[in-house]
Amino acid sequence: MTAVLENPATESPKPEVGAIPSFDVTLRIRRYNPESEHGEESIWDEFTVTAHGTDRVLDALHKIKWEQDGSLTFRRSCAHGVCGSDAMRINGRNRLACKTLLKDVNPDKPITVEPIKGLPVVKDLVVDMEPFFASYREIMPFLITSGNEPTRERLQSAEDRERFDDTTKCILCAACTSSCPVFWTDGQYFGPAAIVNAHRFIFDSRDEGATQRLEILNDKEGVWRCRTTFNCTEACPRGIEVTKAIQEVKRAMITRAF
Amino acid sequence: MAQTQTPSAIAAPRSPYARRKTTRGNFELYSWVFMRASGVVLLVLVFGHLFVNLMVGEGVHAIDFAFVGGKWSSPFWQVWDLLMLWLAMIHGTNGVRTIVNDYAQRDSTRGVLKVLLYLASTIVVILGTLVIFTFTPCPPGAPAELLPSICFPN
Ligand code: HEM
Ligand code: SF4
Ligand code: FES
Repeated sequence: MTAVLENPATESPKPEVGAIPSFDVTLRIRRYNPESEHGEESIWDEFTVTAHGTDRVLDALHKIKWEQDGSLTFRRSCAHGVCGSDAMRINGRNRLACKTLLKDVNPDKPITVEPIKGLPVVKDLVVDMEPFFASYREIMPFLITSGNEPTRERLQSAEDRERFDDTTKCILCAACTSSCPVFWTDGQYFGPAAIVNAHRFIFDSRDEGATQRLEILNDKEGVWRCRTTFNCTEACPRGIEVTKAIQEVKRAMITRAF
Repeated sequence: MAQTQTPSAIAAPRSPYARRKTTRGNFELYSWVFMRASGVVLLVLVFGHLFVNLMVGEGVHAIDFAFVGGKWSSPFWQVWDLLMLWLAMIHGTNGVRTIVNDYAQRDSTRGVLKVLLYLASTIVVILGTLVIFTFTPCPPGAPAELLPSICFPN
């Protein structure tokens, strides 16, 4: 994509017929670059850009990166809330930059943008997702079956599908896990996302690995560390009822144990 | 433009990270169920205790050595108070254990806090149990007006 400045700053204030109203917005971005003169220190950096009512935080970040400071680093891929790359802490809450309209986060004041918490920062808004994916892998996020492979697809009733529908929506953005205060403490807790994705298979009628998955999550660092603070449910950009899914996994363990 | 700023709640962005070995087992499951079960029982025990001590009869004005002495000479109240002591102490200790696990960031801090916690609650439980069972409602030579009526059988 080529970045072209459509209206050079000199002629912008002239109001044209049919022009889309625009406003100036300031982004206060938490930056970290160990190779810069700041070393291991994180700093706040402010940028002001002109934006439109339809612009999202991601558009503002693009504008900064393409027009003001090419060193600003963040992840994004789909830009439409599907890939889960751009979870960040916007005005103190975890959201996807590509699903957050500037006008919804009070553009009258500087909008703070920070990397998600609890995962090691690599540069600026980019964090090391490996710990997050490590606990995701631990719950075996794949179909486990026994016997012969069927020659056609594995059928399931609409009700059986409905049972775990909510947790199939996860895009692995880590907004939930990195909003959880228990995860912040020492990062040992499996975290809501791993439990959500275990739930997706535990309650799937076609899957036979529920016992193993329950065993894995019946851990000192498993579901029992959940304190039901609901941060995860509030953070999830897919609207998954994360806390409810965790409670359902807890209940399955209790019915198994007694 | 760039200014140095305060550290955020999560320190050093590049702190080393490693997930530990699995620690599977039913302990945390039982602990979770115990918190709920003991909570329900405590609801009855604590509010029953408060009601009998503060509301029934003369209410709070009746509480003195004789009142307590009288209660503890009945096996019913001995068992009630013993249950309340043990459940509240185990429930409270387990709750604080959870809080320590949630807030202590280093294993050494966690260890020290838990040793102190278990030490304190063991002392309280032993001392409390001892008092409930070895309590003498009628110590010899005590002034008669301070003693419960059961000390004067006839
Ligand atoms: C009156 C009846 C009581 C009920 C119904 C009750 C219920 C509960 C429940 C369900 C929890 C678990 C919360 C969680 O896992 O997130 C809890 C935690 C706790 N309880 Fe109780 N409890 C009662 C009395 C007590 C008493 C008498 C004490 C102190 C000796 C106490 C101290 C604690 C502590 C320290 C926690 C941990 C707090 C936390 O995990 O956030 N509770 N209680
Ligand atoms: S449950 Fe929601 S917040 Fe958590 S990783 Fe999945 S999509 Fe993101
Ligand atoms: S960029 Fe893909 S979810 Fe936001």
